[in-house]
Amino acid sequence: MCLGFVVRAAVVLAVVTGLGCSSQATPPRVAAASDLQFALTGIADQFAKETGEQVELVFGSSGTLARQIQDGAPFALFLSADESFVEQVARAGRTRDQGTLYAIGRIVLFAPRGSPLVASEGFDGLARLIEDGRVPRFAIANPEHAPYGRAAEQALRKHGLWDTLRPALVLGENVSQAAQFATTGNAVGGIIAYSLALAPAMHDRGAHFLIPVGDHDPLRQRMVLLERSGPVAEQFYRYLQQPAARSTLAQSGFVLPD
Amino acid sequence: MDSVALRVSLSLAIATVLVLLPLGIWAGHALAIRSFRGKAFVEALVAVPLILPPTVLGFYLLVTFSARSPLGAAFEAAVGQTLAFSFAGLLVASIIANIPFVVQPIQRAFESVPQEVREAASCCGLTPLQRFIRIEIPLAWPGILTAAILAFAHTLGEFGVVLMVGGNIPGETRTLSIAIYDRMQAFDDRAAGIMAASLLVIAVATLSATTWLGSSVGRRRG
Repeated sequence: MCLGFVVRAAVVLAVVTGLGCSSQATPPRVAAASDLQFALTGIADQFAKETGEQVELVFGSSGTLARQIQDGAPFALFLSADESFVEQVARAGRTRDQGTLYAIGRIVLFAPRGSPLVASEGFDGLARLIEDGRVPRFAIANPEHAPYGRAAEQALRKHGLWDTLRPALVLGENVSQAAQFATTGNAVGGIIAYSLALAPAMHDRGAHFLIPVGDHDPLRQRMVLLERSGPVAEQFYRYLQQPAARSTLAQSGFVLPD
Repeated sequence: MDSVALRVSLSLAIATVLVLLPLGIWAGHALAIRSFRGKAFVEALVAVPLILPPTVLGFYLLVTFSARSPLGAAFEAAVGQTLAFSFAGLLVASIIANIPFVVQPIQRAFESVPQEVREAASCCGLTPLQRFIRIEIPLAWPGILTAAILAFAHTLGEFGVVLMVGGNIPGETRTLSIAIYDRMQAFDDRAAGIMAASLLVIAVATLSATTWLGSSVGRRRG
């Protein structure tokens, strides 16, 4: 009885792990910064329709994804929200080349529905609320490893709000989570990606104010093919630089390079 | 409902139970009937995953499994992919995290088999193996089943270790609990809600089953 159980267990285990482990036939995995959550999903659907090829999208903060790639995560293409993480992964020898610039990101001040923050007043409105002590929570992405968090910090510093706002900050692991925090709980708002604020899922949750380009270093978003990339990943990489994908990016709140 | 994530979760939970159960029966039995030097230390080691934050386990496993570590690099060279961010690596992490959930109930179950019963079995001429299979396992089965159910449910609910060691890779390491987190960030509250409700139902069902098993053992003794 005991031996029978062990044999059966071994068979089931083999089948189960066989199911769990992927084979080479799975579509290439694309590691993408979470500001692309909506835009890239649309582009990938379009790509699938036009070519019949699938890609699998995994979103996270650029810093977390860069670390995972260096630790050997099985990604074929990396779309970072800045350039430094692509350079870092390239230095680690995990990329084909230096990659290419695909978009420039913008940030917005986001005020959820019912918040005392009036988005259209921009940083002046935020400063007034801070003075009145009416900002218990304010959401940004973690500046340590999320490029959008870094840009948010720069903009807040530029307007002299960083030090006073600091105790009220809630840090999202990535900009998508920051957007989540900005729309829920008792946050009066947050600084998030323009591309997220424009997304249908976010659109009716609040109002936004587009932060001027000069308030922060440009979010020069670079993508790069990784050492494991195959033909489909290469095709998707080229597709992202073609007019159809570029126009989706432009409509999603990105500035296009060149 | 993310059926791929559900499949990954179920595969991981079943595989964890299948690997851990034989080990747990052996270790739980040994801890129950033997006394040896350093037993207290071994028991403490078994319990450690209960109180360690998942991030501690995740950190050590990631450092060990990573392509940047010698072990991880050797594994990558041999298999073609790293243990980190793969189902196999997730399984190793899950097995370690579940050791106390399997060993402890089984140990308690074997401990509650009276010494006289064991002695009577030996007097009847049963070898230790026969005694183990015919007498002790049947008496301890509710504890063994509890262990299996707890490990299964705990694996379904594991989040921290999975996120750190596995990342969030569909069909490979994106379990149901990670998929909920992923859908939340995509503002897909509906999908997150359905998956959260399913996990809640599974958790309640599991705990009811273990409580029921526990009380049936109590009745038999009582």
